Amino acid sequence: MAINIVVCAKQVVDPETPASAFRIDPDTKSVVPAAGIPPVVNGFDENAVEAALQIKEADGANITVISVGNGFVMDVMKKPLSMGADELILVDDPLTAELDAFATAQVLAEAIKKAGDFDLVLCGRQASDWDNSMVPLGVAELLGVPSVTMAQKIETQNGGIVVQRALTDGYEVVQAPLPALVTVSNELGEPRYPTLRGIMMAGRKRPTVWSAADVGLDESALAPKLNLEDLYIPVSDKQCEFIEGEDEADAGRQLALKLREARLV
Amino acid sequence: MQGILVLGELDSSGLAGITGELLSLARSLADETGDNVSVSLQGASVGGEADDSIALGADTAYKVESPLLDEPQIDAHLSALEQVARQTEPSIILVGRTPLGRDVGPRLAFRLGAAVAQDCVEVSVNAETGRVKATRPVYGGNAMASVSFAGDGAQVVIVRPKTIEANEPDPTRAGSVEEFSADLDESVIRARLVETVSQESEGVRLEDAGVVVSGGRGLGGPEPFEQLQSLSDLLGGALGASRAACDAGWIDHSHQVGLTGKTITPDLYITVGISGASQHMAGCSASKNIVAINRDEDANIFKSATYGVVGDWNKVLPSFMETIRELKDD
Repeated sequence: MAINIVVCAKQVVDPETPASAFRIDPDTKSVVPAAGIPPVVNGFDENAVEAALQIKEADGANITVISVGNGFVMDVMKKPLSMGADELILVDDPLTAELDAFATAQVLAEAIKKAGDFDLVLCGRQASDWDNSMVPLGVAELLGVPSVTMAQKIETQNGGIVVQRALTDGYEVVQAPLPALVTVSNELGEPRYPTLRGIMMAGRKRPTVWSAADVGLDESALAPKLNLEDLYIPVSDKQCEFIEGEDEADAGRQLALKLREARLV
Repeated sequence: MQGILVLGELDSSGLAGITGELLSLARSLADETGDNVSVSLQGASVGGEADDSIALGADTAYKVESPLLDEPQIDAHLSALEQVARQTEPSIILVGRTPLGRDVGPRLAFRLGAAVAQDCVEVSVNAETGRVKATRPVYGGNAMASVSFAGDGAQVVIVRPKTIEANEPDPTRAGSVEEFSADLDESVIRARLVETVSQESEGVRLEDAGVVVSGGRGLGGPEPFEQLQSLSDLLGGALGASRAACDAGWIDHSHQVGLTGKTITPDLYITVGISGASQHMAGCSASKNIVAINRDEDANIFKSATYGVVGDWNKVLPSFMETIRELKDD
């Protein structure tokens, strides 16, 4: 029987932005997007979309992607649709531009409830901007459903799910009834590339756009519990000693001799 | 609402390392604010760990015993800690960013309506207001954020392991040990841990290795990892890889070093064809000496490297390995 899957996805600054182009505006305490580098869907959220598509292929599923933010780039946010997701809901509001984890979880939970019946909520294990890995757990708590984090494999079984939870030296097997929330890690596998047909179909789909008020939240409900006092780039005092030689092979030899001299080998 | 509560984790050796670190942190915060430090020791049975945690800085050790707490069942530990927190009403709750704590901490915070700061590497407290300020890496380690807790509610602080040095235990410290009877039954466990599969790699563990040799996207395929394996064998080290190489399927994820892989602290870290994305550096920045072989002279890895060679690893590596072999034979 087809199940309803919600995937939470976030638009983030491209984490592949070269360090030399990574800038912070100290006044707004925020990262200045590098010129010419568009934002992306958070990588782990694409892993979550992939997990949803695998379940859809195995059992059948209706996949709704929900994102909270402001200033969405539509071509970016449509990527999950072009991968094969069915619907896209954007909570797009100046009030939801920069929220802390607590407020974000509230908006997502209310949006998920408003979107209708759900069996499974999938999220990336963390977002590559704030690296919090907290919002999904907050959503699970607010929806009152069990959570399993860092999935490398998800299967449905007897009306529930069996999840392999990635650890540094192996994995745990966790069973949960549905509805449940699962966060997905990169060990699940690379997200598929959109097909040309997928891109064309996504182009024709129109996302549903809600404001914060549409999901029943106002400014006071979204007040931060955590204040950002400072955001800065850590300074490194390392100075690399470049080893050169007559050619690249000689540089390899010189490197080995240098490491011996430094008593490192 | 006052006092500092620590989630006490137990492992096969007794008190887990992170719990000693958290107790030491709690002690130094409490010495600022005049708060008491308590610890919730959660397991099937709690013995000498109670006195051990007092020696490390706790004023009160709660023994929370239940067969449901024998394994790291997240829902059971969450419920136990919630009950201790509701009864003792602490101002600060310290949890380690471990496989258990990283889930229990945020869920507890949301359940209590409390603010929470994740993955903190520095924590301080304002002695007057009792409010916590913490520093944490963000943007994959590209930036640091310092955050403060708003309002006056409970503050949940999740601390990265091995960032705070544990105090030497002081067996003469006085404190009280109390049994805490938590109301736990099977129904609290909704997501159930049914099996733990260990995939311990052969040889030296990456986390413990004095020498680590890693390869990345620049290697272009799986075959070169055989050469890196023999280099790491030659040096008595362990073999690592960047996330890009693991995701490409060139090598198993158990070798992954980085924010979402293993954290290594070797004396010598040799990287080949690794650009040094901040995601990777987050897992190796504590290496004493980083050596980088990379074709791109602007690669980020050279910013953290002690020694670097700009060149094609295909040409650099064979002579490097040959010379190492000769030096080893001398």
